[in-house]
Amino acid sequence: MSTPYAKLPGWVEYGLVPLVNLAVAFLVAGLVVLLVGENPFEAAYHLINGAFGRGEYIGFTLYYATTFIFTGLAVAVAFHAGLFNIGGEGQAYVGGIGVALACLWLDQVMPWYVVFPLAILGSAFFGALWAFLPGWLQAKRGSHIVITTIMFNFIASSLMVYLLTRVLKPLGSMAPQTRTFAEGGQLPKLDWLLSIFGLNVGTAPFNISFLLALAAAFGVWLLIWRTKLGYEMRTMGHSPSAARYAGIRESRITVIAMMISGGLAGMMALNPIMGEQFRMQLDFVQGAGFVGIAVALMGRSHPGGIIPAAILFGVLYQGGAEIAFEMPSISRDMIVIIQGLVILFAGALENMFRPAITRAFAVRGQRAAAVVQTKGA
Amino acid sequence: MDFFHVLVVLLESTIRVSVPLVFAALAGLFTERAGVFDIGLEGKMLGAAFAAGAVAAVTQSVWMGLLAAILISIVLSLVHGYASITQRGNQIVSGVAINFIVAGSTVILGEAWFRQGGRTPALGEGARFQTINLPGADAIRDVPILGPIYSDLLSGHFLLTYLAFAMVPATWWILYRTRFGLRLRAVGENPGAVDTAGISVIWLRYRAVICCGILCGFAGAYLSLAMTAGFVKGMTAGKGYIALAALIFAKWRPKNVMFACLLFGFLDALAIRLQGTPLPFVGQVPVQLMQALPYILTVICSPASSARPSRPRPAAYLM
Repeated sequence: MSTPYAKLPGWVEYGLVPLVNLAVAFLVAGLVVLLVGENPFEAAYHLINGAFGRGEYIGFTLYYATTFIFTGLAVAVAFHAGLFNIGGEGQAYVGGIGVALACLWLDQVMPWYVVFPLAILGSAFFGALWAFLPGWLQAKRGSHIVITTIMFNFIASSLMVYLLTRVLKPLGSMAPQTRTFAEGGQLPKLDWLLSIFGLNVGTAPFNISFLLALAAAFGVWLLIWRTKLGYEMRTMGHSPSAARYAGIRESRITVIAMMISGGLAGMMALNPIMGEQFRMQLDFVQGAGFVGIAVALMGRSHPGGIIPAAILFGVLYQGGAEIAFEMPSISRDMIVIIQGLVILFAGALENMFRPAITRAFAVRGQRAAAVVQTKGA
Repeated sequence: MDFFHVLVVLLESTIRVSVPLVFAALAGLFTERAGVFDIGLEGKMLGAAFAAGAVAAVTQSVWMGLLAAILISIVLSLVHGYASITQRGNQIVSGVAINFIVAGSTVILGEAWFRQGGRTPALGEGARFQTINLPGADAIRDVPILGPIYSDLLSGHFLLTYLAFAMVPATWWILYRTRFGLRLRAVGENPGAVDTAGISVIWLRYRAVICCGILCGFAGAYLSLAMTAGFVKGMTAGKGYIALAALIFAKWRPKNVMFACLLFGFLDALAIRLQGTPLPFVGQVPVQLMQALPYILTVICSPASSARPSRPRPAAYLM
């Protein structure tokens, strides 16, 4: 087991191995569908149809994908520094405060393109703030970041209930949410983008934060592979002792990586708050922070992998709603199972099928070599 | 005497809410001492609670429910063991995956089988644990001080409660006085040495993981068969993580683990007790703050000790 695996061709390493892992995860999910007493093929049909059947459905799929790109990038940045930020859920939730404050302050007097940059800064600031404390505790006191970030998820949930029921709620209203934003707090839809392909986006809230998500993905790529900070983060992730030996300050990198991670998670709040609801509601994150873990593992912490992985989870969310409508016994919680299975097979068991695949390629390589030899003789 | 009465009630509920923490933290003690980090205590407990609730509802037998809880919890432990011991995968990722899989499937299966919004049917008399009155509890109830302590605080708990606290010295004895325990601690601190001695590291770690599964099974069964009469979705509510924090806080020692769990349990009981009652000097505390208090205190308490050298340093710790 400790022998290093033979080097595989790039398309196998980054294409085939993740696909095999993913296929197994879905196979097991299919078994759960069987256990519930439904037909997995029928479920798969509703999934695909619900996600791609109409322009509107595609709009919803991409809307969810936008959210997961942010949370996936957040988890990935921390992963590169060897940190497991499991608190994306809480960071996104608290990031909502920044969006809400910017919108409540300026939505009636300024157009969206003035409010949007402020909301981006606000969401990133509050998200980073919520990730700062666990990062700082890990750096200074050696507390386990996994435990502290989980605790911060619970604390965020209580904090937001308090804020939404006591502070941010308009007077005289019973619902735990902010007031609905005026024009300035509403992001324009990307209907023109889909209409290039002849699709009608309909009521889907596919909005401009999708472009921001793509820009963030590019930014993360730049950060991780093209800057000194990114190099230091990766060094620390690969080998903390090597990083220490090279004079990289561990505590500084830990805190910075966590804050970038939290900022990206916080920016997720732009999409549902300014893009769909036009107000901040209780539980608007809806587990997206946790989906980010699966997305980052599936995308192998590379923006080029995270975007397709986020779209796949967008398909699951949007198509999953269609399944829940057609087959009532398969609710949204099915996605939580699939999420867990993807984390298990693409994360913890990522090397389970690698020896078999390596062997298959080794056999093929030997044959090819034999052919060359016979030809040469 | 009023203050004394309040204190007894508070301590009594402290014991009640500490039981799953004690079981789960001791479960984590076994695997972590053997070098397998386990963030999946939460998931195992939840899976066990569901299995206990579902099987007890169908068979109307509390023992079948307990057995099912332990079995499911062992199976989940073995999945974690396979991923982290045999496949040498990332242990934290594996534990997180188990938590998600269980959180989703308990709701899906519960809804498909019982159709009560993710609950299992309420359990009747024979299908859940009954409280046990210690001998003479009624007779000395009226004795001042000692009476309430014996009759209300120590008597009238569930069988599993007494088992949980009996497991503390039992765990200590297994870990520090048996050959298995010595090897288990050794495999966590220096697997190479154990391997050199000709003892299978893998088999030892699997046994530790199975011990963890059994104890998590008890924790889950306590939640759905004793504390409440049936399974409610998400009923562990972070107890697995709090148990883990208690374990780190207690520096992986059985006696300290029990006191750490009692401390977290006490804070939880206090938070429930103080809801809606104004405090002196502070006034009315928002209910959300009281709800968040156990988590805030976990953050404040847990880190302080984890950086000390007494922490076991298993080679397989990945992050």
